[in-house]
Amino acid sequence: MSGDQVMRDYAADLPVPEFEETAFTTPPPLSECRVAIVTSAALHRAGEDGFTQGDTGYRSFPTDARDLMMGHWSPNFDRSGFAMDLDVVYPIDRLLELEERGVIGSVASRHLSFAGNQPDDVATIRFDSGPAAAQELKADGVDVVLFTPV
Amino acid sequence: MSTLAHVFEVRGLATIVLASIRPVVEKMHPPRALYCEFPLGRPLGRPGDADFQHDVLSRAFTLLDAGSGPVLVDHPEVIEEASEALACTMPARFDPSLPACVDEANGIRRAYDREVAARGVTSVGRVVDADDVPAALAVLQRIADGADWKSVDIPGGNTIALVHDIRTYYEEAALQLADGPAPGGRAAEIWFYEQTEAGRTVMAARKAIQDAAGPFPVWFYMAPGHR
Repeated sequence: MSGDQVMRDYAADLPVPEFEETAFTTPPPLSECRVAIVTSAALHRAGEDGFTQGDTGYRSFPTDARDLMMGHWSPNFDRSGFAMDLDVVYPIDRLLELEERGVIGSVASRHLSFAGNQPDDVATIRFDSGPAAAQELKADGVDVVLFTPV
Repeated sequence: MSTLAHVFEVRGLATIVLASIRPVVEKMHPPRALYCEFPLGRPLGRPGDADFQHDVLSRAFTLLDAGSGPVLVDHPEVIEEASEALACTMPARFDPSLPACVDEANGIRRAYDREVAARGVTSVGRVVDADDVPAALAVLQRIADGADWKSVDIPGGNTIALVHDIRTYYEEAALQLADGPAPGGRAAEIWFYEQTEAGRTVMAARKAIQDAAGPFPVWFYMAPGHR
């Protein structure tokens, strides 16, 4: 069985937090939206603090940052794609192109990264670092967030 | 990602998850998800293919048109991971007095340097930098050869971080050494673990730690779980 299939089968059986309702926010028209990327790839800038094992915090970086390192601790996914092309994980150049074409209103001034391998109860990102991150993006005028996993 | 989508959405941010594991989003029902069955680690599907990445983004942003949620849509294309190792020309053995993995790591250093010069950044450096990779491999070779892993000074004190740096050093160098088209998902992993001396040393050290009743996290995460 392939490595990806093993991981997909494994993750499918893991316990997940339950949400009784799905909140739903209706954004402005896309051509007026300010868009940010939030990735679970644990990206961080070279020379800045990386992610520790079990890190429940997040890092932010400006739109022009390209000195991004892969800080994820799991060995269970392909990393060569990221090494070849940052955008396959963090599509910042694609977003800038969409801004230039007028498809989206604007690209946010900064973007965020969490570590995908969280404690099972995800309590911190649910009640602490997640809300704090949302508040930061709201303060930046963000309307839409694109989540990219690894 | 789905947890954060719930957390963000309730605070007034419209969210879209590029989902990589469908059963998880089926259970967590985030507001909007585009399921992309692409190699894990490549959520936009194809490195170096801006048109394909734009197709993914276009389908993702279309989900914003829905008037209510949760919304879960599949990207119509499935991209399988690679089944074979990337084709890679390796330097010949140079110094037979060194362990094969150390000699090999020295031999690919120029390729690694070219790759870093081209990209301007490396993901090596969690606990060792490129200069220390050969010595780190020598430590793992000692463990593979029977040294007590608890008595050996493991650089950084963490086998997972150490193997991350070694593997990343190799995979970044391989992008300069590879022949043919860009490698598919996991092609570099297959090459590292199955075709390099370093991969063989990592796997042998991993087994030695396991056989010595080392804690599960110390040895298991030195390689992907299916290995």
